[in-house]
Amino acid sequence: MRRELHAEWTKLRTVAGPGRLLLGIVVLTVAGSAAAAGAMECPSAGCGQDATRIGLFGVQLGQGLVALLAVLAVCGEYSTGMIRTSLTAMPRRMTALAARTALLAGLTSVAGALGVLGSLLVARLLLPGNGFTPEHGYPPLSLADGPTLRAAAGSVLYLVLIAVLSAGVATAVRDSAVAAGAVLGLIYLFPMVVLMIRNEDVQRLLWRLSPMNAGLAVQATTSLPAMPIGAWAGLGVAAAWAVAALACGGLLLRARDA
Amino acid sequence: MSFRHVLLAEWTKLRTVRGWVAGLVAVCLTVVGLGMLFATGSHSSCSNGPVEVPCPEPVLGPGGTAVVDRFYFVSMPLDGNGSITARVNSMTGQIRLPDATPGVRNVVAGVVPWAKAGLMVKESTEQGAAYAAVMVTGAHGVRMQHDFTEDVAGGAQGVSPGSPRWLRLSRDNDTITGEESPDGKRWTRVGTARLDGLPAKVRIGLFAASPPDVRVESNPLGGTASAGRFTEVTALVDQVGVAGATAGGAWSRDDIGVDLNIDGTPHHPGGLVRNGDTFAITGTGDIAPNTTEGTIERTLTGALIALVVVIVVAVLFVTAEYRRGLIRTTLLAGPRRGRTLVAKAVVVGAATFAAGLVGAAVTVPLAVRVLRGNRIFTLPVSTLTEVRVIAGAAGVLAVSAVLALALGALFRRSAPAVIAAIVVLVVPYVLGTASILPDEVSRWLLRLTPAAGFAIQQSVPEYEHVISHYVPAMGYFPLPPWGGFAVLCGYAALALGLAVRRLNGRDA
Repeated sequence: MRRELHAEWTKLRTVAGPGRLLLGIVVLTVAGSAAAAGAMECPSAGCGQDATRIGLFGVQLGQGLVALLAVLAVCGEYSTGMIRTSLTAMPRRMTALAARTALLAGLTSVAGALGVLGSLLVARLLLPGNGFTPEHGYPPLSLADGPTLRAAAGSVLYLVLIAVLSAGVATAVRDSAVAAGAVLGLIYLFPMVVLMIRNEDVQRLLWRLSPMNAGLAVQATTSLPAMPIGAWAGLGVAAAWAVAALACGGLLLRARDA
Repeated sequence: MSFRHVLLAEWTKLRTVRGWVAGLVAVCLTVVGLGMLFATGSHSSCSNGPVEVPCPEPVLGPGGTAVVDRFYFVSMPLDGNGSITARVNSMTGQIRLPDATPGVRNVVAGVVPWAKAGLMVKESTEQGAAYAAVMVTGAHGVRMQHDFTEDVAGGAQGVSPGSPRWLRLSRDNDTITGEESPDGKRWTRVGTARLDGLPAKVRIGLFAASPPDVRVESNPLGGTASAGRFTEVTALVDQVGVAGATAGGAWSRDDIGVDLNIDGTPHHPGGLVRNGDTFAITGTGDIAPNTTEGTIERTLTGALIALVVVIVVAVLFVTAEYRRGLIRTTLLAGPRRGRTLVAKAVVVGAATFAAGLVGAAVTVPLAVRVLRGNRIFTLPVSTLTEVRVIAGAAGVLAVSAVLALALGALFRRSAPAVIAAIVVLVVPYVLGTASILPDEVSRWLLRLTPAAGFAIQQSVPEYEHVISHYVPAMGYFPLPPWGGFAVLCGYAALALGLAVRRLNGRDA
């Protein structure tokens, strides 16, 4: 596994794309959070807003670039034919896939952590100016606060799971356009379909199954009883999607000709 | 090679790749399939107390729009021309707020902004019959309204203790004129209404109505939800005078559109208390267009998912050429590169439009019928609007395809182009409708990004004189239908222009 990791690391390190994308993940996450924190207002006490969730809003944008990073890392090999060289050099395909996924997960966690910390910092600076003050019941955002720490750590984990999910889907479908469409469709359109359902029981069930809705439930720090799913259970749903996609990709990788 | 030949060449490329044709068929099937799934899976049940009853059909106004026609009407018959004058002295009322303690009604005194009381001429006491009215409102001063959708502002001052307001409504054949006065002597005209085909015999009288108090709450499932709660207004009116052939001039009372409880008593009844010449009229409900039922474009849910498929196909239509090296042959055969790219855009746009049009044209009428069978009513719209919604849905897909194609030509690689297209087209719409963002930010997202194009699917307008939950999530867009579509077209044209420049300036 060490050699496979080294090989994958060399491949990722020596092209310009991944580095820029990792930077992009950090920037987009922080920018999205800053925009949300700048736009939200809390005019009076009991305005019912969730400051932590607002501060981590950019994760919903950053995940798009996380998906792009994973899709490019996997599908790039197929479009250039590099995959044949890779598989000849690393005949243990499962190990190769595991190494690549682990590397993507590691890189995403670093970029994600930077993005999430930057988001919280920006939100901590911006939110008090919009009425999120201690008088209105909003102490400054701080990682010393249990729920906020959970939300921040959970958001990083969520981004890692999106990377794994994307790598799995990309390995399964091999074409980068289709993979990108499938991953982003799954992430962004599931919540839309959920809102269109009129039957409330079905709606809540689908909400719990949706990777973005359930996975980002970890960001909620207020009105927790109203959430259809608990924080860690929600992240578990996202993990189940990621594992299923990776298993699917792995099986196809083993069964198919490159 | 003429442009026709380039078009033909591009069309041949598109139709001979099995995956792309399958994608376009999938676009059509997704629109139809999800629309039908949504329609067949939706049922409505209406209950009266513990008993389930068939859901009432929405009332239609004179113009065929669905309307709410619920108010208290104290009227007498009028044959031919005539007029009514009265002085509104005060408006008081009550508003039900969200329960502070669960299960305990939380009612406070107050008048909602569009609570209304005044004078009305109405064709009959049937719900939905044509009318014209001049009225004092809770917070919007004097208004002249007719036939539910029309509203003209008069003086900005309402009534308050010590400052009453005189109103007069006169009928001259089909023309109804509303006037107001602070003292009953100096009159100002508020507006006139033409009620075409108004019969000679009409009802003329006093009315009161008070629309529900609409509150928006955040929805834990995403976006916001609204709830309308009961309100009531009581207007004190005196100095009532009716001129014209009124056949004896006896007042009759009608609680227009009242629902009956299971035991036959009226639910939230209005009423009239006469004390000498003073009328205390109490009413609830509204006389306005219906904004609560679903709209026809809600059946086009599948179009958003189809959009992702369209983006993938359109991007591949150009990036696949780069991957396979076919682009060099293409540019050799058609050396005018800009023309070749435009031909590609025309082909992919037209093919997408056709696929989307078939899908939408099948879905909308069929799903509306199925929904109707399930006792869910959609707001009726004119044929022209329906055509605009259907063609608009296909148009959004087609123009998005052109935008995605241009992004593909700019990036030359599939994944960045697909993600960029989804981020500018789908993500703003998703964040604008299903996230925690405040409504104003959602509106800006749908003004400035290419997702503004979805506005072309909006079938019912916002009404200034009805408070409703007018947000993108409910299908109300910040830009007018064609304005929003123009924004999307502008982005597509800009991207295509940049792509042509890039293609001309760079080696393939």
